[in-house]
Amino acid sequence: MSKIAIIGGGIIGVATAYELAKLGEEVILFEKNYFGSGSTFRCATGIRAQFTDEANIRLMKYAIERWERLEEELGAEIGFRHSGYLFLATSEEEVEAFKNNIKLQNSFGVPTRLIDMDEAKEIVPPLNTEPFLAGAWNPMDGKANPFKTLFAYLTKAKEMGVDAREHTEVVALEREGDKIIAVKFRSNGKVESVKVDALLNAANAWAPLINEMAGLSRELVPITAYKHQLVKTEPLKPGQVEPLVCPPSWNDSYLIQDGEDGGIICGSGIEHKAKSLDDYEPTYDFLRGVLKYAVQIIPAIRHAHIVRQWAGFYAKTPDKNPAIGRLLDNFYIAAGFSGHGFMMAPAVAQAMAEFMTKGKSKVPLDWEWYDPYRFERGELRSSAFQIG
Amino acid sequence: MSGKKIICRCNDVTVEGVERLIDSGITDIEEIKRLLRIGMGPCQGRTCIPIVISILARKTGKRQEDIPLPKSRVPIMPVRVEVLVGGADE
Repeated sequence: MSKIAIIGGGIIGVATAYELAKLGEEVILFEKNYFGSGSTFRCATGIRAQFTDEANIRLMKYAIERWERLEEELGAEIGFRHSGYLFLATSEEEVEAFKNNIKLQNSFGVPTRLIDMDEAKEIVPPLNTEPFLAGAWNPMDGKANPFKTLFAYLTKAKEMGVDAREHTEVVALEREGDKIIAVKFRSNGKVESVKVDALLNAANAWAPLINEMAGLSRELVPITAYKHQLVKTEPLKPGQVEPLVCPPSWNDSYLIQDGEDGGIICGSGIEHKAKSLDDYEPTYDFLRGVLKYAVQIIPAIRHAHIVRQWAGFYAKTPDKNPAIGRLLDNFYIAAGFSGHGFMMAPAVAQAMAEFMTKGKSKVPLDWEWYDPYRFERGELRSSAFQIG
Repeated sequence: MSGKKIICRCNDVTVEGVERLIDSGITDIEEIKRLLRIGMGPCQGRTCIPIVISILARKTGKRQEDIPLPKSRVPIMPVRVEVLVGGADE
């Protein structure tokens, strides 16, 4: 048994801590703020296999299979349900693109199909069908509660012996050759050090700072924090907008009904580069911008009240695919999820835990595709479709 | 009926619910907020947050003034969408 440290108490760090504990490892987990405070607790709750490339489709198909069993495995309610994703096309060219994506998704066992607007209206009763020609519908996509999911993983991880420390900031790493040998951290103003056999950087938007502590360049895995904001309405009767609904050509604007309280979460591709890694301030122009699209998708939203607006980060890599893999002998990374960390977590955490301990994994994760050194080699992947 | 004391009328949270969560080891107000949805309803925590802070202070031995308020979200009062996007369909 060895001691493995994880930096980052978001869903990726917490879920990987759990998976490592399951494999019998001793784990210490560091979160500089409260658990989930970075990106996880600000996400839009969506989970989908409707991607447009083989790597992400296969990974997410596996992740959804794990999502289905997670509540039972963790022994806690996480609110996962197959509520589907409905993408809407506004032009003939887009319908053709949908058909190609569907063919690719179907070839890996993802049951997406093209539907007409009558069927779309049955799935989302208040939908304005007029601007749309067809929909790409996968009823197996879904959503879950990010707060409950993170705490379900965390509670189980702690029960299995994970030493999970919040409000504990990693301040330095000690490196010998190509190995990280110790982690220095500060808690309650006191700096301490722990010897480690392996380390995972799961700090997402903050990951380049951790890489720098390991003596690597911040640019080796280039991750930029973009503010992604959400706006939420008062609760509406459940079942009105159960799936995530998105016309991609309308600036990737989307709506999804919160599985917990029934409020409608409205998002959009309108983005601001964050001024700093503490810059979470929502903006008024986003509020107006996102609602302009929302009322065109569901006109009745016009009469609902907005209850809250918040911002989080899309920790974006240049190709919007995460960096997952090994950086040094015993130093690993799973970061830069570009808005997909929550949905991918069950698969990525298992893959990473198996990879760190056995050097391979049974999860269909394409290590070459997500290789963290691809940016340095200038080998970008095709851009992951980024939404929800 | 039971003597449940509701402290959050938006999301039906009880004193017992808050105490149970703190007893399970969750003492960060941001985490309590998200698990029980206190302060996440239309009233933005006007009633429940001060009560949760007093329970938290009592259970953890912290001073109330040392417990930070969770972040409040805009809009402070719920606003109708039509006010923000204008009246007629565009």
